[in-house]
Amino acid sequence: MIRLERRSAPSPAGLILIPLTAILLALLTGAVFLYINGLGSPKGISWGQVLAVYTGMLDGAFGSAYGLSETIVKAIPLMICGLGVSIAFRMQLWNIGAEGQFYMGAFGAAWVALSFSDLPVYVMLPAMVLTGMLCGGLWGLIPAIPRAYLGVNETITTLMLNYVAILWVNYLVFGPWKDPQGMNFPLSKPFTPAAVLPTLGNSRVHLGLAFALVLAVVLWIALRQSRWGYEVTVIGESPRAARYAGMNITKNILLVMFFSGAMAGLAGMAEVSAIAQRMQQGLSPGYGYTAIIVAWLAKLNPFAVLWVSVLLGALQVGGYSVQSSGVPAAIVFMIQGALLFFVLGGEFFNRYKIVCKGKTKMEV
Amino acid sequence: MTQEFLITILATAITAGTPILYAALGELLAERSGILNLGVEGMMLVGAVTGFVFAVRTNDPWVGILAAMLGGGALALVHAFLTVTLQANQVVSGLALTLFGTGLSGFIGKPYIGIPVENAFKPVTLGFLSDIPVLGPVFFHHDPLVYITYILVPVLWFFIYYTRPGLHLRAVGENPAAADSLGVSVYRVRYLYVTLGGMLAGIGGAYLSLAYAPTWLENMTAGRGWIAVALVIFSIWNPLRAMLGSYIFGGIDALGFRAQAMGVMIPSFFLKMLPYIFTILVLIMVTRKAMANRVGTPGALGLPYDREER
Amino acid sequence: MTADFLVEMKQITKRFPGVLANDRINLQVKKGEILALLGENGSGKSTLMSVLSGLYRPDAGEIYVEGRKVTFKSPREAIDAGIGMVHQHFKQVDTFSVAENIILGSKEAKFLLKAGKVEKEIEELSRGYGLQVDPTAKIWQLSVAERQRVEIVKMLYRGSKLLVLDEPTAVLTPQEARELFQVVRQMTARGQSIILITHKLNEVMEVADRVTVLRGGMAVATRERQQVNQRELARLMMGQDMVVPSQKNPGQFGQTVLQLDRASADSDSRRPGLREITLTVRQGEILGIAGIAGNGRRELAEAIVGLRPISSGKILIGGKDVTNLSPLEIIEEGVSYIPEDRLGSGLVPNLGAVDNLILKEYRRPGLGRGPLINRRKAREFATRLIREVDVKVTGLEAPVKMLSGGNLQRLLLARELASSPKVIVAVYPVRGLDIAAAEAVHKMLLEQRNKGAAIVLISEDLEELLKLSDHIGVLYKGTLMGILPVEEAEPEKIGLMMLGSQPGGVMAS
Repeated sequence: MIRLERRSAPSPAGLILIPLTAILLALLTGAVFLYINGLGSPKGISWGQVLAVYTGMLDGAFGSAYGLSETIVKAIPLMICGLGVSIAFRMQLWNIGAEGQFYMGAFGAAWVALSFSDLPVYVMLPAMVLTGMLCGGLWGLIPAIPRAYLGVNETITTLMLNYVAILWVNYLVFGPWKDPQGMNFPLSKPFTPAAVLPTLGNSRVHLGLAFALVLAVVLWIALRQSRWGYEVTVIGESPRAARYAGMNITKNILLVMFFSGAMAGLAGMAEVSAIAQRMQQGLSPGYGYTAIIVAWLAKLNPFAVLWVSVLLGALQVGGYSVQSSGVPAAIVFMIQGALLFFVLGGEFFNRYKIVCKGKTKMEV
Repeated sequence: MTQEFLITILATAITAGTPILYAALGELLAERSGILNLGVEGMMLVGAVTGFVFAVRTNDPWVGILAAMLGGGALALVHAFLTVTLQANQVVSGLALTLFGTGLSGFIGKPYIGIPVENAFKPVTLGFLSDIPVLGPVFFHHDPLVYITYILVPVLWFFIYYTRPGLHLRAVGENPAAADSLGVSVYRVRYLYVTLGGMLAGIGGAYLSLAYAPTWLENMTAGRGWIAVALVIFSIWNPLRAMLGSYIFGGIDALGFRAQAMGVMIPSFFLKMLPYIFTILVLIMVTRKAMANRVGTPGALGLPYDREER
Repeated sequence: MTADFLVEMKQITKRFPGVLANDRINLQVKKGEILALLGENGSGKSTLMSVLSGLYRPDAGEIYVEGRKVTFKSPREAIDAGIGMVHQHFKQVDTFSVAENIILGSKEAKFLLKAGKVEKEIEELSRGYGLQVDPTAKIWQLSVAERQRVEIVKMLYRGSKLLVLDEPTAVLTPQEARELFQVVRQMTARGQSIILITHKLNEVMEVADRVTVLRGGMAVATRERQQVNQRELARLMMGQDMVVPSQKNPGQFGQTVLQLDRASADSDSRRPGLREITLTVRQGEILGIAGIAGNGRRELAEAIVGLRPISSGKILIGGKDVTNLSPLEIIEEGVSYIPEDRLGSGLVPNLGAVDNLILKEYRRPGLGRGPLINRRKAREFATRLIREVDVKVTGLEAPVKMLSGGNLQRLLLARELASSPKVIVAVYPVRGLDIAAAEAVHKMLLEQRNKGAAIVLISEDLEELLKLSDHIGVLYKGTLMGILPVEEAEPEKIGLMMLGSQPGGVMAS
């Protein structure tokens, strides 16, 4: 007979085994759907071809210097957004509006770049960073206000604002910001060189990577060592205990949502400045949503966010690289969603162990 | 503003509101059982694509609806397994469902983008009902899926408040320990209604791809699943109010659509923002009112149940 | 096995992580008898009864009902076998009516709910046992005693042959408790059996026919009531003679510290929760507050510590007006609070001992400079407190939710008393603790009193109040019915005041 028994503490082996198993199972799920789908060919495909898709993805993401650099390029916005999402999640604020905050950050930065195009680089870039963070932060603050004072569900409001932000940016690039020389494409004028973040050598890896690394260190210290981080942790774990201890929950909700949004805004600034180098439609392939998965997979740990971002960045690059063989890009989202499922399910085994009646214990 | 224009707006409000209504009814059932499912958007998209694929392949839209129910239900079952059996975080599991559903629907639907569906649902008239002035054209010049909601909504309302299974459903959502102590199986009830909820969300999605659009586009739900979640709060978990709310949202959708036709000089982008901004405003108003009256939310919404939790 | 046992439990064993809650327990109940199940908090009584009522599945052991072996996979199967349990925390849906709660899960209703018919049945049934309940009332409108009656009717409606009552008098006044015992006797006269879970010796002597004593998860003895006395029961229950309870020396009252002047506040449901409360507590004085749940006990505590807004009137601490200051400002005034739910608001369950102990201290400069907390100093601070109050922790960072109730309360007290508070508000400070742990908590409170703290002690246990308090006030429907010196506070008198009569004997409207 098999039963479940509650663990008093999570097993250390599980902390590594569970995410690994989850990744394998998510890839397997993707494989099964690939097989069933048959890539649109009427005869279907073999398991060998499915495997080829995966090796193709792996090769695309890590197989060359270019692939590797592209993986990092995709990982940068994930890192910064993921850090932002994870501090909100830490306070049980389900900010799923990173996508919109990203766009608003990009908007703010682009506005500076386009409106004050003759600024020198050492004024331009800081101004873009600050404006981008401010716009993203305010976009995060809008849903935070009703949440803090009235308890309005922030999940829905943050998500709704994503659509509003994207429509706003689309309005600009289809309308007032449209580049007259852009052959009617939804693009703004290109930025001046002063508004472009420096890159590493010839690659597209840009200064945003440094932003991410510095942010991770700062956040780690703030959360682990500061009075404010302690308050955030207590409020997230038990709002009632926090109130009991005299902590100001309202203020912290506003603060955390502002920071969370500001980080997503920073990611948007970096992307629009270094990669797009102009405002355009579809700036983000869903970085803000993937960041949710990043945050959860990293268990809200700032350093883990960095590694998980590289992993998911690789998935994205890999996904693009096999599109030519007929694999829909949507497979990336599908595998990401499945990954989150399996990680969530796996957490169960942190709390329970399977016990067989013969007193042998299966440690998971 | 002419009478015809008003009638067109109202009739469009109903068609535009119906997909949201199906999804909101499904979410309402799940939440009544105590499970929050934020995967509505994903389940709608999967419903939309499976419904479309099967309708195109079999040339029968009803087969499409059936497939949509199975698709949405299957996804919801995953959510039920994670949140009921494995007691995972309901918010995060719902988000995973939306992401997975979005990806899966894009993946399945890739070859079907832009293909027309021959046998989409079309409006049918209902004899003398459709001939009633004003009311006839507003309410009874629709496709069968709209008519089904006219029956489904009051039936669900009666079911929830006046039947034994309805009592059990409410009890499990309010206080699962109490229900369990009297022999109501909390797990069974939650699995059942979460799955049913997914099936209804699936129909809601299929309504978009088989009646409203009718075609398949990636991400064609455009946030309607989330609006449905907001609507459930607006409805105070009451199907009748959910119907009213859906039509209001449908009306705003329709208004944005028609305003351009009327030559209103507002860029379409801003009109498209209306439903999202309106959702936020409605949520704020409803929450304020709910806080004043302390009504509504099922007591155990979002909380896992474990009998031996001490 | 003889058929005169209605229920027999054999060798029941139930484990929880780190605890052997039931260790090979045997228990028999005869038809028409009242069996007391006596034991301290944590001795395994509730677990054993949860096994009997199908809520928990035993790891080993067998259950027989009327000689037939049964295995209950769910409470429903136990109910069908005639075993009904009235839990200490009532299993009721607050927003439902009494009738809806009673028919929930019952086989009587088919598909449609026939409210009228069911309500009539309930009325008849409850009248037969002298249990007054209004089937159309909503649960949240009822008093605790009424809610308890609903639970009993619920089980009778399902035809229970054996009714398990888990600490039923804990929430009642002495008068209400006596009424309950009358009902119980009526039920046994009709052939029903009762298991009465209790830790009160006088209750055993008052109503039980037989008593089974549990200690440390084991059944240590079963006796006929006639053949035991309280002293022997106490020894069986604790494995030693009665702990000598901490003695209270006569009070040395100093200046007035805490003062409430016609303070009113709303309850959670936005109805008046406290009405014009006026009271004073001096240095070195313990003011006990009695009252039935739902009559303003919790509201009073929260109002004093700033967690509940005052709608009119004033609160003064050391002469300073602190009305509607923030909880933080009130903490800074030297107010400590031992809340009702330790794990819910007093402590953060998933954090470790260090993080819990610095919950109020973290702002002070002693734990680090500027915006940063010095983790090493925090650990030192925590270690010192843990040593001082002798908390048994598994590690400084292990989640505190794994600690026992007694250790949790010590941890909480260690923190709250560390700052030498001027005012202490303690709500049910020994709820759920075993006798030794409770005694330790009482000692700490008395020490604070002797050091000059002004203490408000809110409790549901009259004995505790009589033992510790210098004065006792009684709350009824949010009104303070009066404050008596402890010498004049007889249990009967307090009980009447809890039910709404003025100390002079006039009923409040």
